[in-house]
Amino acid sequence: MFAYRMKAAVASVAAVLVMSGCAGTGANSAPAPQQPLKVVGQFELHSLDPATSGGFFTRLQVAETLVDADNQGALQPGLATEWEVSGDNLSWRFTLRKDALFHDGTAVTAETVTQALETARGKAASPLSTVPLKGITADGGAVRVDLAEPYAPLAAVLAHTSTQILAPSSYGAGQAVMQIVGSGPYRVERLEQPSNIELTAFEQWQGTKPAITKVSYQAVGRSESRALMAESGQSDVTFGMDPTSLQRLKQAGKLDITDVTLPRTILLKVNAGHDILGDVRVRQALSLSLDRKSMATALLRDPEMAATQLFPPSLPEWHQDSVTPLEYDPASARKLLADAGWAPGNDGMLERNGRKFTVTLRTFPDRPELPILATAIQAKLKELGITLDVKVGNSSEIPAGHQDGSLELGLFSRNYALVPDALVTLADDFAPAGADYGAMGWNNPALTSTLNTMAGGTNPDAPADRRKQVTDILQSELPVIPVAWYRQSAVISKRVDGLALDPLERSWRLSDLTWAK
Amino acid sequence: MNPSKTALQIPAGPAVRVLRQRAIQAAAVVLLVSTACFAIVQSLPGDIAFRIAAGRYGYDHVTAASADAVRAELGLDRPAWQQLLDWLANLLTLDLGTSLVTGAGIAGELGLYLSSSVQLAAAALALALAAGVTVGVLAAARPGGVLDRMTTLWVSAARALPPFLLGLVLILFFSVHLGVLPAAGHGQASNIVLPAATLAVGLSGLFARVTRDTVVQIRQSEYVRFAATKGLGGRLVFLRHILRNTGVTLIAYIGVQLLILIEGVVVVESLFAWPGLGHALVHAIFWRDIPMIQATALALALLVVVLNTVVDLGSLALDPRPRSREAVL
Repeated sequence: MFAYRMKAAVASVAAVLVMSGCAGTGANSAPAPQQPLKVVGQFELHSLDPATSGGFFTRLQVAETLVDADNQGALQPGLATEWEVSGDNLSWRFTLRKDALFHDGTAVTAETVTQALETARGKAASPLSTVPLKGITADGGAVRVDLAEPYAPLAAVLAHTSTQILAPSSYGAGQAVMQIVGSGPYRVERLEQPSNIELTAFEQWQGTKPAITKVSYQAVGRSESRALMAESGQSDVTFGMDPTSLQRLKQAGKLDITDVTLPRTILLKVNAGHDILGDVRVRQALSLSLDRKSMATALLRDPEMAATQLFPPSLPEWHQDSVTPLEYDPASARKLLADAGWAPGNDGMLERNGRKFTVTLRTFPDRPELPILATAIQAKLKELGITLDVKVGNSSEIPAGHQDGSLELGLFSRNYALVPDALVTLADDFAPAGADYGAMGWNNPALTSTLNTMAGGTNPDAPADRRKQVTDILQSELPVIPVAWYRQSAVISKRVDGLALDPLERSWRLSDLTWAK
Repeated sequence: MNPSKTALQIPAGPAVRVLRQRAIQAAAVVLLVSTACFAIVQSLPGDIAFRIAAGRYGYDHVTAASADAVRAELGLDRPAWQQLLDWLANLLTLDLGTSLVTGAGIAGELGLYLSSSVQLAAAALALALAAGVTVGVLAAARPGGVLDRMTTLWVSAARALPPFLLGLVLILFFSVHLGVLPAAGHGQASNIVLPAATLAVGLSGLFARVTRDTVVQIRQSEYVRFAATKGLGGRLVFLRHILRNTGVTLIAYIGVQLLILIEGVVVVESLFAWPGLGHALVHAIFWRDIPMIQATALALALLVVVLNTVVDLGSLALDPRPRSREAVL
C-alpha cells in the first residue's frame, strides 16, 4: 500500500515536471545570428487595412509610402525618388523608384500605385480623402496627381501611413486587404491577429540590407507585463512603458532606455459656444489654474513635459521660443473669473446670477495618463471654486459630443504630425466650422486666412512669421488649452545597438539596428 | 493517472437521455443568449457607430466622418429587430458573420480565442489535478498528521492569494530572477507554463481538500471495510473502491470549477497577454462589436452545456447504478 502510494506520488511529480519542463531558452544566452529581434508593444493588430492598421506596417518597414520623412519631419524620397509640381500648382508628378519590387516578386508599377492610392482615397480615415483631388493617373514610370485647387502639403499627405502602397495580391474581393504584400526591407513571414507578427528581411530589397534579418512583434496589453518581459530578456525593444515601470527600470540600470519628445500634446478641448466657456477670460482662468509643472512631475514623472504652448519643441518650425509661456497663476485666474462675473457663494463655490460654475470633462482610458490628469485638473479647479464633473468613457465620446454640441470640456492627446507637415492637421482642426479634435464653437478669421494662405500652393512669403501668428492667436484665445507634451520611451536590451526613435512615430527604424558585438 | 483496470462503460439508455436533454438546452441557450446580448448592447449608452469607429480607427482617427462611414456600411440605421433577425438567420446556416471592427470572419477569430482559453484551462486543470489529488490522497492516509495540516495551510494560502499577485510573483521569480521561462506572450510552447501554473495553484488547493475529505469518508465506508475483509489487497481496494468512488465526487466538482476557471481567466489572460475568450469579450464590449459579443457569449454559454454533458457522462461511466428517477422505469 505504502509502496504504491510512493509510486503514485513519484509519477505525479514526474508528470508535473514534464509539463512545466518545456522551458524556453535562458535570458542570458548569447544571440545567435538567426535569432529574431523581439519587439514588444502595446498596440494590437485589429485590421490589415492601411487606413485602420494604425501604421503597423509602415512602422515595421513592410510597406512604403510614396514620400517618407526623416526624424525632423523633412520630406524624403520613399517609393517615389522625386516629385515636381506644375507652374499652376495643380498637377504633381511622382517618379517611382526604378526596378522596385513587391514581396511577391511583381514589379511596382505606376498602375499598381495608382490603384492603391485610389483605394486609400475612398477611406474616410485617410487624410487623402479630404485633399481637393481631381484624379490620379499612371503616366509612364510616374504617378500624376491632378488637383481641383492648389494644395501645398500634398507630398506630406502622401507620407501618411494610410497611403501605403500594397501589391495587387494584397487585396481580396471588394478591395478588402487580405494580406500585406509591400515593397519595404522586411516582408511578413507570419501573421496571427491580434498579437503576433513575424518578419524576414526581403532578399530583393534594393537599399541597404538590414543587419537583423528576423523580427518578431508581440502585442502585450499591460505595461507591467511589458516591463517584466524587458527585464527577463524576453524582449529586445519594448515600447509603451508607464512612468512608474520606466523609473524602476532606470534605477535597476540593466537596460538601455532611449526617449524622444513626440509632436503630441495633451490638451483640453473647450466648447467655446458654451454660455460659460465662451468667455475668453474664463478660458484663460482655466489655463492659469493648471499647475502643469507639478502634474508633469507627479503624474508623468517628467517635469520637462509641462506644456508652455500648444506646439512641443519636437515641432521646431511651429514651436515659438518668443511666445509668452502658459503659467500657473491662481491669483490672476481668480481675478479674471471675478471680472467675468463669477463670485464665491456661501459654500465657497463660484456662482453667477444664482447659477453654479459646474462643467463636465470627458476623457478616455486608452492612454493611461489621461484619467489621472483629469482628476488632477478637477482638484485644481476645485481650489478656484469650480466643480468639474469627470466622465471617463470611450474615445469616441469626444467627436460624438462635438457633433451633438453636448461636449463642454474634453481631454485627449493630439498628434500634430500624423502627416509630417503639421499644417494639414492644423488647417483641419482650426477650420472655421471647428473639428472633432480641434476648435468647437470658435473661429478666428485671421487664423483661418493665414492657414489657408499657407495651404494654398502659392508658396507664401515669410512662412515663419505666419506660423508665429498662428501660435500667438492660439496662445491668447485658447480654443484648446495645452496641458502637457509627450515623451515616448523605448527600453532596449544590451543585445542590440543603434536604435534612434522617430519623433513622428512613422517608423521604428528596425532595419538600422545591429546585434551588439 | 489510470483510475482503474476495470473497463468503464456508459450505460446506453441514460446516456441517450442525457444527450437529448442537453441538446434541447443548447438550442434554448443559443436563442436566449444571442437575444439578450443584442438587447443589452442596444441599451448601452453612447452611439454604436462612434464606438465601432473608435475600435477600428483608434483614438487618433475616430471622427464624425469615420463614424458616418461605419453607420452607412453596416446598416446601423435599420430597425434593431431586423438586425437581430439577420443575425439569427445567419446563425441557422452556421454563419457567425464578420467582426464589425476588424472585418475578419468571426468563426476564425473565435477559433483562436476559444482554443487559447481551452488550452490554458486544460493545462491548468491537469497541473492542479496532478498536484491536488496526489497531495489529497497522501494527506488522507493520516488524517490530522503533519502532511494533512500542511495541506490545510496550503489550501488557505492558495485561495487567499489573488491570481494577479501570484502571477506577478511567479514572473519575478521564474523569468526575471532565474530567466528560465518567458514572462508573458503567446506563440511558444513554454508560454503556457506560468499562466497555467498561476491558475493551477488556487485550484490545486481545492482539489487537495475535496480529495482528502472524500477519501477519508470512503475509507470508513462499509464497502471498503468489506472489501478488505474478503481479502482484497490494499492496492486493489484503493483502485477499485476508493479511487473510483472518489472520482464520482471529484468529477462533478471539477465540472463546476472548470466553468469558473474558463470564465475567470480574464485577469490572468490580461497579465500574461494570452489571447483568450475573456480578452476578446472585454474588447468586443468596449467597441460594441455586436457579432463578436454574441459569438463570444455564445461560445461561453455552449461551453457550459458541453462541460455539463461531459460531467454527466463521466459520472455515469464511473457510477453506472440507476439514478433514483430511473429506478421505476
